[in-house]
Amino acid sequence: MHETTPGALNSPTKKTQNELRLVIPKESFPGERRVALTPTQVEKFKNLGFTVEIQSQAGAAAGFDDQEYMAAGSGISSDVKKLLGDADVVLKVRAPSADEISMIREGSFVVSLVSPGQNPELLKQLASKKLSSLSLDSIPRTTRAQKMDVLSSMANLAGYRAVIEAAAAFSRPFTGQITAAGKMPPAKIMVIGAGVAGLAAIGAGRALGAIVRAFDTRPEVKDQITSMGAEFLELEFNEDGTGEGGYAKVMSPEFIKAEMDLFAKQSKDVDIIITTALIPGVKAPVLITGEMVKSMRRGSVIVDLAAEQGGNCELTRPGEIAVVHGVSIVGFTDLPSRMASQASQLLGNNLYNLLESMCPAGIDKGPRKFHIDLEDDIIRPALVTHAGDITWPPPKKPAAAPVTNAATSAKSSVSTINATEKVRHSKSKHGHHGGAAAQPVAGAKMTLYWIIAASALGALGLVAPPEFLSHLTVFLLACVIGWQIVWNVSPALHTPLMSVTNAISGIIVIGSMLQVSGPLGDLSTWLAAIAVLLATINIAGGFLVTQRMLKMFRK
Amino acid sequence: MPQTFLTVSYLLASVFFILSLGGLSTQESARRGNIYGVAGILVAVIATAMGQGVSNYALLGTVIAIGAAIGAVLAARVAMTTMPELVAMLHSFVGLAAVLVGLANFMQAPHGAGLEHDAMTGAMVVIHDIEIFIGVFIGAITFSGSIIAFGKLRGSISGNSLLLPARHWLNLGMVLAALYFGILFTQSASSGTDPFFAGLAAGLGPLLLMTGLALLIGIHMVMAIGGADMPVVVSMLNSYSGWAAAAAGFMLSNNLLIVTGALVGSSGAILSVIMCRAMNRSFISVILGGFGSSTTKPSASSATQTPAGEVVSIDAVEVARMLKDTKSVVIVPGYGMAVAQAQHPIHQITEILRKTGIQVRFAIHPVAGRLPGHMNVLLAEANVPYDIVEEMDEINGDFPETGVVLVVGANDVVNPAAQTDKSSPIYGMPVLEVWKAKNCIVLKRGMASGYAGVDNPLFYAENSRMLFGDAKKSIDSVLAALKTD
Repeated sequence: MHETTPGALNSPTKKTQNELRLVIPKESFPGERRVALTPTQVEKFKNLGFTVEIQSQAGAAAGFDDQEYMAAGSGISSDVKKLLGDADVVLKVRAPSADEISMIREGSFVVSLVSPGQNPELLKQLASKKLSSLSLDSIPRTTRAQKMDVLSSMANLAGYRAVIEAAAAFSRPFTGQITAAGKMPPAKIMVIGAGVAGLAAIGAGRALGAIVRAFDTRPEVKDQITSMGAEFLELEFNEDGTGEGGYAKVMSPEFIKAEMDLFAKQSKDVDIIITTALIPGVKAPVLITGEMVKSMRRGSVIVDLAAEQGGNCELTRPGEIAVVHGVSIVGFTDLPSRMASQASQLLGNNLYNLLESMCPAGIDKGPRKFHIDLEDDIIRPALVTHAGDITWPPPKKPAAAPVTNAATSAKSSVSTINATEKVRHSKSKHGHHGGAAAQPVAGAKMTLYWIIAASALGALGLVAPPEFLSHLTVFLLACVIGWQIVWNVSPALHTPLMSVTNAISGIIVIGSMLQVSGPLGDLSTWLAAIAVLLATINIAGGFLVTQRMLKMFRK
Repeated sequence: MPQTFLTVSYLLASVFFILSLGGLSTQESARRGNIYGVAGILVAVIATAMGQGVSNYALLGTVIAIGAAIGAVLAARVAMTTMPELVAMLHSFVGLAAVLVGLANFMQAPHGAGLEHDAMTGAMVVIHDIEIFIGVFIGAITFSGSIIAFGKLRGSISGNSLLLPARHWLNLGMVLAALYFGILFTQSASSGTDPFFAGLAAGLGPLLLMTGLALLIGIHMVMAIGGADMPVVVSMLNSYSGWAAAAAGFMLSNNLLIVTGALVGSSGAILSVIMCRAMNRSFISVILGGFGSSTTKPSASSATQTPAGEVVSIDAVEVARMLKDTKSVVIVPGYGMAVAQAQHPIHQITEILRKTGIQVRFAIHPVAGRLPGHMNVLLAEANVPYDIVEEMDEINGDFPETGVVLVVGANDVVNPAAQTDKSSPIYGMPVLEVWKAKNCIVLKRGMASGYAGVDNPLFYAENSRMLFGDAKKSIDSVLAALKTD
């Protein structure tokens, strides 16, 4: 079996579940205020069977003091070395530092935001300590994993905060107003990238009264954008930017050119630009050039949510507000951390959901047992080191790991884009664009039908007498007319339509009228008479009931 | 009266009919459309009566008068809830008339020396016989099928689908046998003696036997189709009645009949297509029948995965309060509303709410009720203005902004499983997305499942409340609660 329990992995004595120590050290990354666990979740983890221990003051920056943790049943330790040295499971927000790694007991399970694509060195360190490390930012975006998706929870907060930071740096209110002292125009915001963060930014911007426009390479998010009250900026370019796992993917050079033209145009018009364009594992694409920044009005603001991965704006300085050409470029990389209390709460819940899924109930609903299931489709892709090996990128899905080291040099970056392009093209041939691929098939089918119909008609033309053919002509043309006009009938009037067609199909009366005048002794005369009677009932009944119905329809 | 005058009259009548159907595209022009239809019929009948070959005005006048009187009485008396029955009955009349015209035409043609028949040569005779055969065949299926549909809609025949063993083979066998009789008919019609009944005119025996078979096919086909598939059946029979008329037109060399038949036929066909799309099912699968009862397997599996959550019931007073405390209400009527005749009190509720400035709209699923557009007529009868009655596509986007949705006697058409549960038999069917509204109140007799036999997760949703009981009584008590405070 591919299942291992930390502790049991390297130590000879197998621990029982309630001896598994879940520890939360204080975040050591400068400026990080979040904590991986809040008092609310302590009890929940204890119910899963863990012993919870937290480093003294770990939650202080997020507004949770040791007393609260203690009240919830957590142990408090002021000795990091001992805390990490005895750990079975370590929960962290940021990836552990080299220092911390050296303190963590060999073979432990460590959960944090690793960004394995950018940190190959870190992976080596984690592996050398034989740690099983799970990277929160590598959890696949599936329905089951939604409740564990830390990136979404954090992006949601970041999007909101981006608007708040923009408002703070901007010199005008967002809402337009006409006051006695003059007119205040509403602020115009352009949001680039309508992922979770982008949508949250749209919502917050709209709520503050700004005019919001948004751009995304994935056309299917248009509805989400418009439903949030923003205008969708469209490109006259046909390329679908939907990549693996609902993220955007790298686009073709032509597309990027068209996109950049759009941004250049918008830069001259909008007051605030919020960029959220990130492709997992790749350096953030530069979308706002220095030239565009220069073209913006003085006092404008750019908030670059991709600052940590290099930034979407050329002039972004990660971690600070740069003022260039009179434009404030906010490059904070700790936006969720600025709302540490709420962020920690969400993070803690995500972590709890993750670990809960790793502790299935035993046979016959026995006690829950923690184990790392290497077959699990959420755990495996996110597990970046295990048992001394670097297990990232995960096997089987090579497409999920685009371009690991390529982003460093510009030259290889170009080749990267080309490679991705090729993938896309080959994909589109094989039903990636299902609709487009299906259409030619349907078209071929239609052609086939037409050929069959035409040959049938041709064959008929060889044998049928001209009188019949003239009737056939009338018949087919009438079918076409009927087909066209009936599609226009309002669905609300389908019942009257049926009763009218009932009435006019009573026109069969004229067929029987001709036969009624036969000899009275003939059976056919009487059959015809009955037919006239029935048809007349239809005509009278159909038209009258239609009239009755239509009179009821009123505005 | 020259023949050309008749031709021109028929042309005029054809144009009137086309304008008539065209007029139905909007409510404003619909009544004019109906008048066009009447004008078309009058032109055609009067021109025919004045033409050659019609001499027995006494008999003609009598039957027309009787027929018109019966029709008028039917039209005046029919309740709007029983419109589907009336429509089915009228279909059966067209079917029967087509059969009779076909038989009469066949009996007359060889001896009766119609104008064109004298000149008929070999191929033309065969084609003429085939036309008679087709006309009678379709007419007979329409007739018996409509009679069964009528019985089912009325409730005098069980609405459940009757599934004989090997019914598809049975159908196929009957169709093949009818074809065999057809071939026998065309061969023997010119031979002089009847292969079955010596006393009859040549060919009449096979024709009558085929008619009998066609009647059986019609009965068997509709018997196999369950209650909620009736909109499709009725529109299909509507289509058949058109084709029967068109076949009669071929038989009689009458272009007006051909045009009218084609118009009616395509109209019915389109309605069938619309209904089938609205259920995400193929026309063939509906016609083959058996839906709703053959789903024992999926319903068994869905029983094991009962939707999560709890059913929360609510009383009428609380419903009234919720309706008052919101800005927008959407009412989703279904067949249950028609059965309970709840449309009138619903209209009163609508009026009260609208007076207090609450936006009230109706959302109609294409297959709600037992006839295409049936709900619209019922609401119109209850005086609900048609501009607040919306189609599914128009209103689906508005549910997230809707405060309260009131589902009255609808079930499958508001089932979220159609979008989420791939194993559900109704998966893929377009539905009204009522669960997206802030609150959803479902009026229902009990927890029974709908026609498709599947559980409805909507009832278990957090924002759903159930008001159990007869729709009319429930609505009446909500109305009373609204009036008291």
